[in-house]
Amino acid sequence: METVLMNILGAVATFLVAFVVGMTYGGLSRKITARVQNRKGPPFYQNFIDAFKLGSKKSAIHHGAMHHLGPAFLMVSSVMTLMLVPVLTHNNWYPNLNFKGDLIFLLYIMTFGPLGMALGAGQTGNPNSAIGVTRGLSQMVGFEIPWVLALVSLMIQYHTTSITGLMAAQAHTGTWLMFSSPFAFIAAVMAMLGMFRYSPFDIVGAPTELASGPIAESGGKYLFVMMSSGSVFTFAKLTLYVDLFMGGADNLGILLIKTFALYLIPMLYGVTTPRYRTEQAVRWFWGWPSFFGLLAILQAVIF
Amino acid sequence: MMNDKNSQKIVDIIQNWARKHSIWVLAYGTGCGAIEIPPTMTSRYDAERLGVRGAATPRQADVLLITGYLTVKTMKRVIRVYEQMQDPKYVIGFGSCTINGGMYYDSYNTIKVLDKYLPVDVYINGCMPRPEAVLSGFAQLQKRIAEGRANGAKEYKENLEWYRANQKKIIPNWVMPEYNW
Repeated sequence: METVLMNILGAVATFLVAFVVGMTYGGLSRKITARVQNRKGPPFYQNFIDAFKLGSKKSAIHHGAMHHLGPAFLMVSSVMTLMLVPVLTHNNWYPNLNFKGDLIFLLYIMTFGPLGMALGAGQTGNPNSAIGVTRGLSQMVGFEIPWVLALVSLMIQYHTTSITGLMAAQAHTGTWLMFSSPFAFIAAVMAMLGMFRYSPFDIVGAPTELASGPIAESGGKYLFVMMSSGSVFTFAKLTLYVDLFMGGADNLGILLIKTFALYLIPMLYGVTTPRYRTEQAVRWFWGWPSFFGLLAILQAVIF
Repeated sequence: MMNDKNSQKIVDIIQNWARKHSIWVLAYGTGCGAIEIPPTMTSRYDAERLGVRGAATPRQADVLLITGYLTVKTMKRVIRVYEQMQDPKYVIGFGSCTINGGMYYDSYNTIKVLDKYLPVDVYINGCMPRPEAVLSGFAQLQKRIAEGRANGAKEYKENLEWYRANQKKIIPNWVMPEYNW
């Protein structure tokens, strides 16, 4: 009984940490983008103010049950991803649901949120939302291929389909997977550029082109839920990368350093590049990233 | 809660503080004034440091920025945009044209006084107002929000019939959906 209670408390604590860290990273990315553009920029806690303001909007219109549920789907998917990813290695305070094959399950659950969101956006009847959804799904088809190739190569090389198994393999050999299977890491990082939807892959929610796409008809509290679920999802994805390729983290400080270092890659690539068109983005993902993914498979099979 | 009125006051102060520091602007570029928005937002004047940021759609926006003259034809769209916005919402009238018609004072198809059709919270004077003036207008709006005096949307709801009558006077073919904002 006590362990169940501890697990629930731990899950809540994990969620809170993910929320705060994700929001702060979002604010820092706004600040850094501003500094790159030679502006002063908003304070790093600006995202918290925005979220609070959105949450305290007095009216919130929705266009039907599915539109109402869309953000909830997004949140459920984010929280499930977070619960599957081991946050800290040797710590019982942050529990995670690990089982054989959770890496494969994770691949599915990570696409579940955007799909629910797509259903919600479809009900608004806004043409911009529909275009945004099609673009998002095309882009997903693009970056899922190098991402899956990278993960499959890891599974072949280390004969395990669980995240904790891969972490144990790293702890056993003493080298990070980043160095022992570099091609998989390169493919996964290139896929990450699409996953985070920073420029040049911000084709889904392009504000000037599509009026922010799928979220065009959502304001106030809906936007607040989407924003917080995005923050949680950011943290979950970064932690997953750290677990898979950088040997996990023993305490929160090391985790923050590693995740922020990874987060800088899509962010700094984003501030210096303009937006791709949809077909350019898909072609980009099916080019070099997929090539590195295939190399990773070859490496896994041969060595 | 011990004292409901007082606790509501504290909540209001906190919420107004957040609203003040996070203003998402829908710039409705009807006239020449739209050209002053890019310098306000970009490196030279950087409105984002004050929490002022562009919104993509009316649903996400807090402030409707009406930049310049409004013809009768665009007036209909402006009303629709305003009614799609979510409470609490504010309107900024930008430039002389929204105050008294400006250089279009004797035009047959522009409106002269914006306040008769939409509740304006803050006017920014000038033809054109420079980015400094725009920032000062935002500062004025922030002050009014913090004091809880930016109640344009509330007035609009209370005096809806008066506003509707004025709007229908200039828009003869009134075919508009009813919004349950």
